[in-house]
Amino acid sequence: MSNSTTKSHAELAAAFNKDEPRVDWHDETLWWVRAKRDIAAHKLPEWELLRETASQIKNNVLSNLSSYLEQFEANALKNGLVVHWAADAAEHNQIIHKLLADRGINRMVKSKSMLTEECHLNEYLKEHGVDVIDSDLGERIVQLANEPPSHIVLPCIHKKKEEIGDIFHEHLGSAKGESDPKILTETARQHLREVFLTRRAALTGVNFAIAETGEFVICTNEGNADMGAHLAEIHIASMGLEKIIPERKHLGVFLRLLTRSATGQPITTYSSHFKKPQDGREIHIVIVDNGRSIQLGREDFRNSLKCIRCGACMNTCPVYRKSGGHSYHTAIAGPIGSILAPNLDMKKYADLPFASTLCGSCSNVCPVKINIHDQLYKWRQVIVKEGYSPTAKTIAMKAMAFTLSSPALYRTGGKVGRWVFKHAPFAVNNQQNPWFKHREMPKAPEQSFGEWYSKRKEEKK
Amino acid sequence: MSRDKILAAVKKNEFTQTQLPDLEILTTLTDNPGDLTQQYITIASAGGSFVYEVADMEAIKTILHKEFKPDVKIISGIKEFDEYTYAGAVANELAHSFADVELTILQAGFGVAENGALWLTETQMNVRVLPFISQHLAVIISRGFLVPTMAQAYAKIGNTDYGYGAFISGPSKTADIEQSLVIGAHGPRSLSVFILP
Repeated sequence: MSNSTTKSHAELAAAFNKDEPRVDWHDETLWWVRAKRDIAAHKLPEWELLRETASQIKNNVLSNLSSYLEQFEANALKNGLVVHWAADAAEHNQIIHKLLADRGINRMVKSKSMLTEECHLNEYLKEHGVDVIDSDLGERIVQLANEPPSHIVLPCIHKKKEEIGDIFHEHLGSAKGESDPKILTETARQHLREVFLTRRAALTGVNFAIAETGEFVICTNEGNADMGAHLAEIHIASMGLEKIIPERKHLGVFLRLLTRSATGQPITTYSSHFKKPQDGREIHIVIVDNGRSIQLGREDFRNSLKCIRCGACMNTCPVYRKSGGHSYHTAIAGPIGSILAPNLDMKKYADLPFASTLCGSCSNVCPVKINIHDQLYKWRQVIVKEGYSPTAKTIAMKAMAFTLSSPALYRTGGKVGRWVFKHAPFAVNNQQNPWFKHREMPKAPEQSFGEWYSKRKEEKK
Repeated sequence: MSRDKILAAVKKNEFTQTQLPDLEILTTLTDNPGDLTQQYITIASAGGSFVYEVADMEAIKTILHKEFKPDVKIISGIKEFDEYTYAGAVANELAHSFADVELTILQAGFGVAENGALWLTETQMNVRVLPFISQHLAVIISRGFLVPTMAQAYAKIGNTDYGYGAFISGPSKTADIEQSLVIGAHGPRSLSVFILP
């Protein structure tokens, strides 16, 4: 699926851009979500203080993360939960498979967890004979379509209802040509209800884990996490180690920000606090590092670990809106994904920090005030220094640096350029020139500013 | 062992020192003296809940009789509603046996005016799955048990011990298909909130 591609963001975006009406629709839909976020945020006069407070809490978390993790573990154990630690994706997947295999379970229901996308858990379990069904409606749709989610909050935002209708007709037996969202949702409800009632294991993500109490919180609108978890014998919750917050009262800051930033709702329908297992049932937490402790050590990029996964930076990003989530070829798309992914694999994701205009809109909407666009800019410098930038770009930049460092060369280059534009426009107005693809080339001026200036000086004498 | 390896790696990279911010300012700023009931009704209704201001338990019964046929399975967490199955009496039954429940009636601890959310713990739910598996949900709350925002909500929860607790702010919903809002995803198709004086 997502990791089998070797194409760059620019190539994948070019493919997405072939269908112009769809790009416009995608762009407008996400902008509409961004506009809803603005309305919700502007209703709270204390909004900026909330963001600042959330950011400061997360600063404190990152400065004391190891002791908060130990405190969380100790309290969770006291509550009767089982805690596992996974250094990387492979260990995470093995832990989960073992929990299932030990109990003779080969079918599991899963609610939204971007971490399991990052770890490619579904593929791993499938290879080991375990059937996984995603229960969030959007995730179920992309799962049936054999695609990864294209957005962390709105997994099938790239799909039209007619396409979803076709998928449901093929897999869930809805009427051919049916595309009414109400009827399709009802079809999924009936199908997934049967799944919830028959699965002995449920996996969920974690939105917040509270060090002080050893409980964790999951937010959904559909109620799928709760349906799965409360009906299963074993509930496995996978969390990135940065999901820790110090105290329960800090939820009073984060839950006010999360959904307003994500979709413009004042809160999700369900904010579920899991502290102890039900009688005779089990809750297991898997705490995953997978590169996070390394990112913590990168001074310029550690703030990316403050992310609460609201998706606001994607909804506002002009590049994301016009290139689609799949063009980022990583589990978490958009601006935040572009600063998280290079930490995991700098070579594979070298293109992502360049998939931005650096306009700064992402940083402006981020509820925990991550300096996303600064980090994108800083990643570019790291990537070039480490030698991971694309060859063509490296050569072009070197040629430019060479030209700009010599006034004579610069003047000659300008002259040649103007001559070409005037006498041989076909040499630049063609598909070989990437700049031409979406633009009209300008008319070349008769003379450069330098030439005009020295001529004017001559005349004044 | 991965645990110690991870904790050591994290510890090595905690090179900053910062204090936790003061939350008091936010709590004071949002301590709204206005009419919380009206705010609650406006927000909860916008979120898809049906909110009724009622005089007493009898008025709730009248509304429920009108909305639900007598032959459907109804479970109540409130003892006064003796015509329905008392949730406390079936709390030890298998969670799956509630799959055919049409309506569940529960009491909430308190409600939040800024977002329409109701706080219920396992004690009030009796069975964790009940408020989710039921086709419809009704929640009863007293007027005096509304707080302005989540800041006051967590002050109220304090360090209460519970096995499980949830804020429920409306019927289960989704907008995953082309951002069209559909009520009734996996949980209840409706949430009725009854506010007692």
